[in-house]
Amino acid sequence: MQTPIDTAGPCGAETARGTPGAVSFWREVATLAWKDLRVEIRSREIVYTMIFFAAMVVLVFSFAFIRQGKAVGEVVPGILWVAVLFAGTLGLSRAFGRERESDTMRGLLLSPSSRTAIFMGKAIAIFLFVITVAVIVVPMIGFLFGVLEPAYNANGGLERVGLFDHPEQLALSLILGSIGFAVVGSVFAAMLMRAKSRDVLLPVVLYPILVPLLIAATKSTFSLLEGDTAEVWFLLEFMAVYDAVFIVIGLWVFESLVIE
Amino acid sequence: MRVESLAVSKLAKRYGASRALAGVDLTMTAGRMCALLGPNGAGKSTLLGILSTLVRPTAGRVTFRAGDKELEPGPALRQKIGVLAHESFVYGELTGWENLLFYARLYHLEDGEARARQLLDRVGLEDRAAERQARTYSRGMTQRLALARALLHDPEVLLLDEPFTGLDRTGAAALASTLADSKAQGKVMVVVTHDFDAIAGVADHVVVLRRGKIAFETDRRDPFSRDELEEMYHRHAE
Repeated sequence: MQTPIDTAGPCGAETARGTPGAVSFWREVATLAWKDLRVEIRSREIVYTMIFFAAMVVLVFSFAFIRQGKAVGEVVPGILWVAVLFAGTLGLSRAFGRERESDTMRGLLLSPSSRTAIFMGKAIAIFLFVITVAVIVVPMIGFLFGVLEPAYNANGGLERVGLFDHPEQLALSLILGSIGFAVVGSVFAAMLMRAKSRDVLLPVVLYPILVPLLIAATKSTFSLLEGDTAEVWFLLEFMAVYDAVFIVIGLWVFESLVIE
Repeated sequence: MRVESLAVSKLAKRYGASRALAGVDLTMTAGRMCALLGPNGAGKSTLLGILSTLVRPTAGRVTFRAGDKELEPGPALRQKIGVLAHESFVYGELTGWENLLFYARLYHLEDGEARARQLLDRVGLEDRAAERQARTYSRGMTQRLALARALLHDPEVLLLDEPFTGLDRTGAAALASTLADSKAQGKVMVVVTHDFDAIAGVADHVVVLRRGKIAFETDRRDPFSRDELEEMYHRHAE
């Protein structure tokens, strides 16, 4: 028999056997997330598709919303998050689709790794895919809609700040939005892994749950452009709470969703 | 403590209206190979799924016994189980070597690299083959990699579902020899197969499943021959 270092994780149904549990858990999470990244680096399938799709969405909308020969800046928050949401759904579907090929999800579940570590590893990989797309889409949208620089009204008063004028708030908004999407998406994608019409069902069940997060994310980006930092902080706090709640729910229900 | 026996009692499994298993009672002991035979849809894979702890039974229970202790389901028990299923459980984009290293980490093996190298050698995937992405492998090579993955953590319970599928003569002979070694090492072994040649001379416990029930069961000290296995199958499974 090979020597196991430790066989448990700190969360969920299968709890730690000793103090090294937390270290072991995060080591497992890192191993699982790194595996997804390595597979993606080899195949270049998910992130490239997501970026292309998000870029197309932004480009099409930049031609659709034009006033006096210029793209309308007010629609930026909605288009940004619609692009991230749709591209993220594509990536989510494929990331879990990979685990169906050769039934590798079963291989993961058969291992002594904590099922919560499998969930966290998957969610972290999806988060990294989504945030990569967001980081590329944001400057693109800023350029195409002309919101990189502040805008002033006819009297010289500030009408809107530049998209990157509060970088910490913008970064937090993208990070919290992407975390929420990855966590909730992983729960539902896992739930539908063995469903026949999973690709159709995924957006149908996922989007209603994401609505509060999307509204907060969109409003936070809108307030960011308005220069209303107090409102942005409030919405960021809401998004953080939303993420925390769904991380707990995900860790709690994942095992029951993936065992037949 | 080593797993000494694996018992199922009044085991039943339904998938909606369809009944996969209906009241199966069975005990498998260490150092013996249980050949699980039966036609398609008899419930063999479902039974293996339940034994592997990945499928929940609708009724009944599974008991893993080590000494006078009953092992609880969980990570410690999964550490003792090795499964070779229809699917390989390996990632096509990773090389054979990377696949084994990945699973070695998940199984918390201290000597993961050495063990992966040893297993790749044993299944004949050393050197350049191990450095190729698994998606470039032939069916037989993938099956050999899957076998290496199943044996990586030196499990005490081996659950094998059609392990000879896709293997060439050399691969099948190597697997048969591995199974004989595992039996000699005192592992609990359950093999689902239609390849009587491959398990003849090793299997000493035969269970024939039919429509989710045990149609026939026998065991003896000396392993069964191919003719005996075939005869039992034709008499009780068809």
